[in-house]
Amino acid sequence: MLELVVFSSLNGVLYGMLLFLLASGLTLIFSMMGVLNFAHASFYMLGAYFGFQISRYIGFWPGLVVAPLLVGVIGALVERYGLRTVHKHGHVAELLFTFGLAFIVEELVQMVWGKIPVDYRIPGALNFSAFTLFDTTFPAYRMFMLLMSIGIFLGLLVLLTRTRVGLIIQAALTHPNIVGTLGHNVPLVFMMVFGVGCGLAALAGVIAGPALVTQPAMAASLGPILFVVVVVGGLGSLSGAFVASLLIGLIQTFAVALNISLADVMAHLGVTLTRESFGGDLWMATVAQVAPIIPYLLLVLVLIFRPHGLMGNRDT
Amino acid sequence: MKQGTMQFLRAAALAAAASLASFGAGAQNIKIAYIDPLSGGGATIGEHGLKHLQFLVDTINAKGGVLGGQKLEAVAYDNKGSPQESLVQVQKAIDAGVRFITQGNGSGAAIAISEFISKYNERNPGKEVLYFNYAAVDPALTNEKCSYWHFRWDANSDIKMAALTNFMKDRKEIKKVYIIGQDYSFGHAVRGAAVAMLKQKRPDIQVVGDELHPLLKITDFTPYITKIKASGADSVITGNWGNDMSLLLKAAADAGLQVNWYTYYAGGAGGPTAIKQTGLDHRVFQISEWHTNVPSPSMEAFADSFLKKYGGDSGQGWWYLRMKNQMDMFAGALNQAKSADPKKVAVALSQMKFKNELGAETFMRASDHSLFQDMYISSFGSGTKHDEEKTGWGWKTMGVIKAQDTVIPTSCKMVTPS
Repeated sequence: MLELVVFSSLNGVLYGMLLFLLASGLTLIFSMMGVLNFAHASFYMLGAYFGFQISRYIGFWPGLVVAPLLVGVIGALVERYGLRTVHKHGHVAELLFTFGLAFIVEELVQMVWGKIPVDYRIPGALNFSAFTLFDTTFPAYRMFMLLMSIGIFLGLLVLLTRTRVGLIIQAALTHPNIVGTLGHNVPLVFMMVFGVGCGLAALAGVIAGPALVTQPAMAASLGPILFVVVVVGGLGSLSGAFVASLLIGLIQTFAVALNISLADVMAHLGVTLTRESFGGDLWMATVAQVAPIIPYLLLVLVLIFRPHGLMGNRDT
Repeated sequence: MKQGTMQFLRAAALAAAASLASFGAGAQNIKIAYIDPLSGGGATIGEHGLKHLQFLVDTINAKGGVLGGQKLEAVAYDNKGSPQESLVQVQKAIDAGVRFITQGNGSGAAIAISEFISKYNERNPGKEVLYFNYAAVDPALTNEKCSYWHFRWDANSDIKMAALTNFMKDRKEIKKVYIIGQDYSFGHAVRGAAVAMLKQKRPDIQVVGDELHPLLKITDFTPYITKIKASGADSVITGNWGNDMSLLLKAAADAGLQVNWYTYYAGGAGGPTAIKQTGLDHRVFQISEWHTNVPSPSMEAFADSFLKKYGGDSGQGWWYLRMKNQMDMFAGALNQAKSADPKKVAVALSQMKFKNELGAETFMRASDHSLFQDMYISSFGSGTKHDEEKTGWGWKTMGVIKAQDTVIPTSCKMVTPS
């Protein structure tokens, strides 16, 4: 049991930190520009594919640096020449723009790299087990993913709370109009934030790619979870996104470990439910089986009972 | 972009070759539509299955084709692994004039296709379509949901589980078993059969886990492996296929999980590589109709020539003797019927006896249209003649179940059209 708790916690935190790498950029963009960037996970996918391609020529480590930079530049260009043009038609147009972009990126990726997963390998230097606990090994690469994302998180924290740029971004987060009125070049800040956000997503892609299968469906399967993180965490709150990322990472990992079903709960209350009862499989489904939808349940509940999210200060 | 360019060139070359071929042969070709996942979590095995079909069609055509010179032609449709999308693609194939359809990956899709074709044939007499199933093994397909227009070349899940549990029965070291499977009709069938048969054959074995996970959606099985580890299981039974098998084994390798695996499809894409990484030498078992180390000079040569042509970087070789049986029998039925009319082909197929490439007898049972053939239990490890995915490890036969011993009753009430 202790073993299950320790490893589930480790994996949950790891998954949560990866989510945060994506959610941090998304929440910054969402809060400042009011754009729910549907294509955010596509930049994550681009990061993975760029990382894969670069790793084939010059190795994994250069890819770790080059791929996020490239994707960051692409992100900035998308903001400058795409979003900014669409901006004058309002948020709905922006939303639709990013929605379309996500499909275009997926199609492009399929055309260039094919529909089947690419063979993106863990670098040789990290292909060993970091430690063994209760007879279970923990791969060094996972340790690297964990440390890497914690490192980025700390860097982001310092940038936002200890620098002038961070100050402006923070101000723009909560009061975008006032920052503009004060004479700061808000469009430039937007472009930079969009670019850095996309770069962070790409970085997550580069490090997650070898461990979590680099395939054209990776963006579509991760995208919806990101929205859950942003909404649950709360608009305009990076710390909220951080807490929500960890929460969802842990929920998804631990839910898999739980075999309790509604029927079991009701049995304790003296009510016997079987597959034949009204509702059928609903009673018998274990928490493990419904694990994939738990985040969405959380999303719906948060929107009803706490519309500004766990730590947000504006309504979603 | 090297790989991308290569893929593009390859696709362009294939397209050019295909259009040339069809141009040359005109409308004479007998088309067979391949409807399987070519994108998504099942794409890796879907793509490789398509290469199997293409290779078989090429082989048959090179020997002079069928019906005294007509050529076969494979056409691919991507069903994305989904039953709904399968029906869209079947309709598309029918609209394009295809009368023979083959599919294998996923019993959910298989049941949908079989029901669709039955209805279609009922409404369109004279334009019948046949469905050749090379791998979807939900027992329902040849029992309560059987159809005259559906033919299956693989042993159904209950037959495979009976063979696996008979093998497990005598292995005294098995004490605790964990069952993990995909959450859809086939996964449910595997789990149900495993629990029932173990209870009957080895009541002392404790089932410590009974898990179903979403089909072809999971990219990291680590939480499941953690759970298997914590359960104290010494053996795992799984019917997983595609990425769900290779990623499960990969996560097990990463966590250093030391158990014996009793599987249906550990030999699929990426499986052998992951097993090698686990270091479990001859501790992963598979039940199948064939593996590369079944002694047979002609089949070994056939598999070698496929590997040479399509193996590529991954080193993935021939998997499906059953698809070869299917296409050889299809060609035989066309010749026997002296016609490409699906109705006449179905009559020829429905009780065909066939000696396969191994020289072994197989037979199609008329009462449920399922093929019975010898089944092999094999283990994966070192010291074999042929290896898989360039791992140096290969499959070794642990037991053979003769075709007549795999026959189990069917509840199918076949409706033969007049």
